[in-house]
Amino acid sequence: MGVEGIGARALRKEDKRFITGKGRYTDDIVLPRMGYAAFVRSPHAHAKVVSIDARAALEMPGVDAVLTGDQLVADGIGNIICGWMIHSKDGSPMNMGAWRALEPEIVRHVGQAVAVVIADSQGEAKDAADAVVVEYEELPAVVDPIAAMADGAPQLHPEAANNLIFDWDIGDEAAVNAAFEQAAHVTKMEVHNNRLVPNAMEPRAAVADYNEAEEHHTLYTTSQNPHVARLVLSAFYNIAPEHKLRVIAPDVGGGFGSKIYIYPEEMVCLWASKRVGRPVKWVCDRTEAFLTDAHGRDHRSEAELALDADNKIIAFRVKTVANLGAYMSLFSSSVPTYLYATLLSGQYDIPAIHCNVKTVYTNTTPVDAYRGAGRPEATYLVERIMETAAREVGLSPADFRRKNFIRSFPHQTPVIMCYDAGDYDATLDAALKAIDYDGFAARKAEAASRGKLRGIGMSCYIEACGIAPSAAVGSLGAGVGLWESAEVRVNPVGTIEVLTGAHSHGQGHETTFAQLISERFGLDTDAVSIVHGDTDKVQFGMGTYGSRSGAVGMSAVVKALDKVEEKAKKIAAHLMEAAEGDIQIEGGELKVAGTDKKLTFTEVALAAYTAHNLPEGMEPGLKEGAFYDPTNFTFPSGTYICEVEVDPETGKTAIISFVAADDFGNIINPMIVEGQVHGGLTQGIGQALLENAAYDENGQLITASYMDYCMPRADDVPSYQLSTHVTECPGNPLGMKGCGEAGAIGSPPAVINAITDAINNNDLTMPATPEQVWQLCQGSMKMAAE
Amino acid sequence: MTKVAMTLNGKKVQADVEDRTLLVHYIREAQGLTGTHVGCDTSQCGACVVHVNGKAVKSCSMLAAQAADAEVVTVEGLAKGGDLHPVQAAFREHHGLQCGFCTPGMIMTAVDMINRYGGNLDEKTIRHELEGNICRCTGYQNIVKAIKSAADQMSAMKTAAE
Repeated sequence: MGVEGIGARALRKEDKRFITGKGRYTDDIVLPRMGYAAFVRSPHAHAKVVSIDARAALEMPGVDAVLTGDQLVADGIGNIICGWMIHSKDGSPMNMGAWRALEPEIVRHVGQAVAVVIADSQGEAKDAADAVVVEYEELPAVVDPIAAMADGAPQLHPEAANNLIFDWDIGDEAAVNAAFEQAAHVTKMEVHNNRLVPNAMEPRAAVADYNEAEEHHTLYTTSQNPHVARLVLSAFYNIAPEHKLRVIAPDVGGGFGSKIYIYPEEMVCLWASKRVGRPVKWVCDRTEAFLTDAHGRDHRSEAELALDADNKIIAFRVKTVANLGAYMSLFSSSVPTYLYATLLSGQYDIPAIHCNVKTVYTNTTPVDAYRGAGRPEATYLVERIMETAAREVGLSPADFRRKNFIRSFPHQTPVIMCYDAGDYDATLDAALKAIDYDGFAARKAEAASRGKLRGIGMSCYIEACGIAPSAAVGSLGAGVGLWESAEVRVNPVGTIEVLTGAHSHGQGHETTFAQLISERFGLDTDAVSIVHGDTDKVQFGMGTYGSRSGAVGMSAVVKALDKVEEKAKKIAAHLMEAAEGDIQIEGGELKVAGTDKKLTFTEVALAAYTAHNLPEGMEPGLKEGAFYDPTNFTFPSGTYICEVEVDPETGKTAIISFVAADDFGNIINPMIVEGQVHGGLTQGIGQALLENAAYDENGQLITASYMDYCMPRADDVPSYQLSTHVTECPGNPLGMKGCGEAGAIGSPPAVINAITDAINNNDLTMPATPEQVWQLCQGSMKMAAE
Repeated sequence: MTKVAMTLNGKKVQADVEDRTLLVHYIREAQGLTGTHVGCDTSQCGACVVHVNGKAVKSCSMLAAQAADAEVVTVEGLAKGGDLHPVQAAFREHHGLQCGFCTPGMIMTAVDMINRYGGNLDEKTIRHELEGNICRCTGYQNIVKAIKSAADQMSAMKTAAE
């Protein structure tokens, strides 16, 4: 590969195994005597479990065992936890109902597991699961979160009256009310953020292997954070103490948040492996994934924006109801609160903001973080109301935004966040230029001549990622710290292993993390390997989500590299009889400045390990570790502009062009960053145009396969035009901001603003299906005719 | 149980499998070639695409027994010795993969597409031809670029050889 440092478009080191079919995913792992698990799942959204009769199933060929929730509870396996405590505005803690990995009493969503079959083959396990007879007594179900809060609605958990989990506030309500009294103009709107299913292409899977002699469990699983999984499995689920539990997340085929959580199935495999005395494998079907992977979004909000006579924003008021589904998933409580309402200031200087959030149980799949997690919901709300307000007061969308941009940093918003750096004019200018905004009127006229409706819409997003300073999140209710760890091990021959608590499931860490070493020591990236995803190898780490691998994970690597460099320089200075301050590292060599004396990195590494001639008192070896706790979130920002053409005859929207101008701070590998943006934009466009997790009134998920849930395909999206502008993040040593979620956060409002502009009707909601757009076109034409 | 024999990546193989065994499970489990993936259960995602008698097939949509005596090629059979197939090389060169899970199916679909269209592939055609392959990571842009680049390169090589 060569020496490829920071900023190089280094091709990926991990690609060779993926393009030749040599990746090693959890489903590829086969162990001797392995049994297969298949789950017996509720067909009802809400029902009492009256009885479970496994007699027929146990008689079937290959069947080893049928295990139920009663046995799980009797074995002392703990309930599934939510790891972020939120208090309601009256000070009371959130109302958390019990969630068991196999439910013995009352099922609360379609697909909830009540039993598991272990058999010799996957086919036999599935056949036997179908033969387990479960008698249910159906209960009334509720899927709409507003309806769920009404008196008389079906109640899911005795702990949560009216299904209310918490009623939470942020901001200064009195100041907002006072500002609204003075407003020259108020823009109001209702916004629904549609429910999505993350749909990583690799379905979840687990292989659990209990070694009775050692009383030791090994779990191979599709996890974004194997150490967090081990901690939770050990500390809360009572599977085994941490030193008796190894969690390995090998190659993982995408996550997008859905593989953060410790789900019932993985935990049941661990428990079952011990019960049946053989390794147990489970691989999720796609329909099971639709029913059980944590869903994303699902907010209903009312928003009001107050402007003064000069069209400056003076206050913002938001009321949101967030549907969390049937149970509280691991980080579900943080998503509609601290990851959402804290971003309601957008890129704008808003003196007063108040947001109330009510979270609600319904008979649907649990909802948790999905790519963006709260920030897409905030951005969609802010950017739709910004566009709407601009139209109402007769300003161009760009001018209205500019009038309200934050321009001095640090900037303390009224909703906790302190923005550290940014240049919102720069990204807005870049996007306007890239899409030839000034030429839009002519393009619109040309489209009209063909009977098509052109529209243009923008979104000036900001998000908070690089999650997050441990003390800060702890004070807000998080059950964990969100630092990261790294260890840099220099081998005696001068090659390097970097152990990181971050986990790559598509992000390319094996390449970008190696670039840091290449940059620092001038070594070939082939001399570096990145070790991750195994709790026996890496001491601890918090994993990858919330766009934190760069800003937090790499910062830990940098700290460890500082220590390695310092020790290597001391050794080199000693060997070459020079002052430590005169040693420079360049091109894989340690040189004495101003002389021709030098040692290769390999020679210094070998000297560290032979330890024949080290400075007085120095320990042998060259290996250093570091923990890095971020000082703030990072705040990527940018402007996305979308141009669409709507066919009023069919309601079909075509994206003609999409430009993205992002500020991610310093970039390690532009090729990989571009890939992250492409993928994020496509997921955001999927949300805006295609995707929707829909339930019928009985709680049946009617979009539970790729036949019914519309995933973006190659011909649904355009080629994007990207650019970046750099304002360095002052909060971390590399000046980086996260880039993994921005595309999904910023793009939905750009698409919807473009369509509402095209059809001259603002009543659009996501996804903007052809049917909905056609209906609105009919309405607009009728109004125009009258 | 049924004995199913076929030529897999140029080698004659056979195995006794349940009658209902799908080709994808025959490849992954009976033959241990795990490069071919299962990403859905409705034949939509395309992670399992292989070539059967030279044509791209979703290996979850046919029984192993239906492929008896056929020539089957999986992603493991594309590279010749240490040399990557031009489509494999192009996916790497253009960053046409992230998590790698859909990649084997994408590559097998792309090879088939190039076999059928030669150098006459434009972006629109490539995007249309990819309707049976879902990728959640890349947003398709770099996959399209990789396929176009490989198509151009393979067609130039073919012209040069003629």
